[in-house]
Amino acid sequence: MFGIERNSSRYPLGINPAVLLAAVFLIAYPLFASDFFTFQIGAYSLILGTIALSLTMLAGYGGMVSLAQMTVAGFAAYLMAILGTNSVGVMGLGWPWWLTVVIAILGAALLSTFIGAIAARTEGIYTIMITLAIAVAFFYFVRQNYQIFNGFTGFAGIKPPTLFGLYWRDPTPFYYLALAIAAFFFLAVRYGARSTFGLGLQAVRDNPRRVRALGINVFLHRIVAYFYAGIIAGTAGVLLVWFNGRVSPGIVGVDMVIDILVIAVVGGMRAPIGPFLGAIAFVLLENFAIDLIDRERFNTVIGLAFLLVVLFSPDGLLGLWRRIESKIRLPRASARLGVRANRGDWHPAGSSERM
Amino acid sequence: MNEPGTAVPRSALPQAGQFALELNSVSRHFGALVAMADIDMTVHAGERRAVLGSNGAGKTTLFNAITGDYPPTSGRVRLFGEDVTYLPVHERIRRGLRRTYQISLLFSGLTVIENIFLACRGVGRGRHSLLRPRRDDGAMEMAETLLHAVHLDDRRDTPVAELSHGQQRQLEVALALSGAPRLILFDEPAAGLSPSERADLVDILQSLPPHVGFILIEHDMDVALRVAERVTMMHNGRIFKQGTPDEIESDPEVQELYLGHGDNGGGRA
Repeated sequence: MFGIERNSSRYPLGINPAVLLAAVFLIAYPLFASDFFTFQIGAYSLILGTIALSLTMLAGYGGMVSLAQMTVAGFAAYLMAILGTNSVGVMGLGWPWWLTVVIAILGAALLSTFIGAIAARTEGIYTIMITLAIAVAFFYFVRQNYQIFNGFTGFAGIKPPTLFGLYWRDPTPFYYLALAIAAFFFLAVRYGARSTFGLGLQAVRDNPRRVRALGINVFLHRIVAYFYAGIIAGTAGVLLVWFNGRVSPGIVGVDMVIDILVIAVVGGMRAPIGPFLGAIAFVLLENFAIDLIDRERFNTVIGLAFLLVVLFSPDGLLGLWRRIESKIRLPRASARLGVRANRGDWHPAGSSERM
Repeated sequence: MNEPGTAVPRSALPQAGQFALELNSVSRHFGALVAMADIDMTVHAGERRAVLGSNGAGKTTLFNAITGDYPPTSGRVRLFGEDVTYLPVHERIRRGLRRTYQISLLFSGLTVIENIFLACRGVGRGRHSLLRPRRDDGAMEMAETLLHAVHLDDRRDTPVAELSHGQQRQLEVALALSGAPRLILFDEPAAGLSPSERADLVDILQSLPPHVGFILIEHDMDVALRVAERVTMMHNGRIFKQGTPDEIESDPEVQELYLGHGDNGGGRA
């Protein structure tokens, strides 16, 4: 409720025209994009963005940098293969798809809660270390366990259902599915940031000791945040296994874990749109860096690009955009707006609604 | 505590609920350093108490032991008759204890009203609600009232990071008054305030409802002796003297120690 009134006075109908434009573009995208761009670029960016969103929620709003979010998403992906059907002949309990999806997401959320229970008593660099240790341990565990996780090979042949006459792995339906889920969690995080729980979480980030002196159980608040982050990451994990059609230890490997961190940081942790910007940049680079330079060197291009972003804009692409925006607006708009745009605090919270 | 079934002696009845706070030989050590030793202290419900003493006398350590920020190394703490020695901070707060901090500890990323709202919600139900607070939410209404009481109405939607020092002190007080406080610990609430802000603070302290007691650490004797009914003097981690403001002011040992050597004109510095 805070600040909405102010925004609505600035734009007709209370909607920022840039947001309207972005929404129209995202909905119309498959109409003019090729299957490759719809599926490999569009849908994949949305999935990675959603996983990174769960990290942004924990880190940006809660001050907890968890490197195990990819592990949580990967666990949901594995549960889909183990409880549902796969073509490998290991596990594959054949549960109906809807039950598998629900249990996979809940299982991921419980794992996230468990990770939170271990990590929530630590702060800063120690949270990073503990969650990294859990991520690495999970990677080696699934790689070496053949009875349940089918070890190095993993699982293949995991398919989304055919529903309403649509096969949901076809590029256009899958893109819309990913878009709907990403949009849902994006809006949920944006709304939730100003809910009682969200305000409490940001208070925990700003000053855990004082939060205790308000009668709030900091430990419980953090664990509940991990649970919600697990729901987000787990749902994205279900999409990821449908996207790939397979799941193997590589998906929860250290490089993927780091990729999610890179996406969140490069995109900007100040607002829930950040991880999606980061994911688009990441997926585009991953696919096209190879055209700029020979096959062996394309990781160098990716690395350099991200180094440049972080060097020139510590708050990521989001901060870069805000700086450009304020430069354009400053000559025309009132000084107050300029001050607001330049305030440059790192926190996602502020008095105005932020995308 | 009495065994179930045992009759409560009639003479014990008036005692029930008499004390808001009872400290029983409470000590706090930091390694070899004894910050506070053998503190015995009782504060009646609704009593207004000032704690005086030089820097390092153990005043803030005393507060930390009461709230559980840094629990005592030994001794017992009772709040409203209940032994809270082993309870975490947030559980003590939910029982009606509040405190302010010497250095403002606020949520700099949130606005003024959001800070107060959280304080009101923190001690009530719905701490984990995923809904945004509505304007007619009980906690939000209380937050608006407190906002007005500490004269921050025009800073309602300002992020706390942008407040002046004095305004942050006022907000600290608002957070401590949230919910239904029964005993408030004020840690130098007047530090860094202008004379007019001090007068406002004294007004707020004096207009608290009679059932709300508080303990006040304050260097400004003018503020401390004006609002307190009783005074506890601390020195080197121990209680040195207790009494009414007049007794303390006229005590030769106190004058010697605290108000300066042989300074007859001392008193209200």
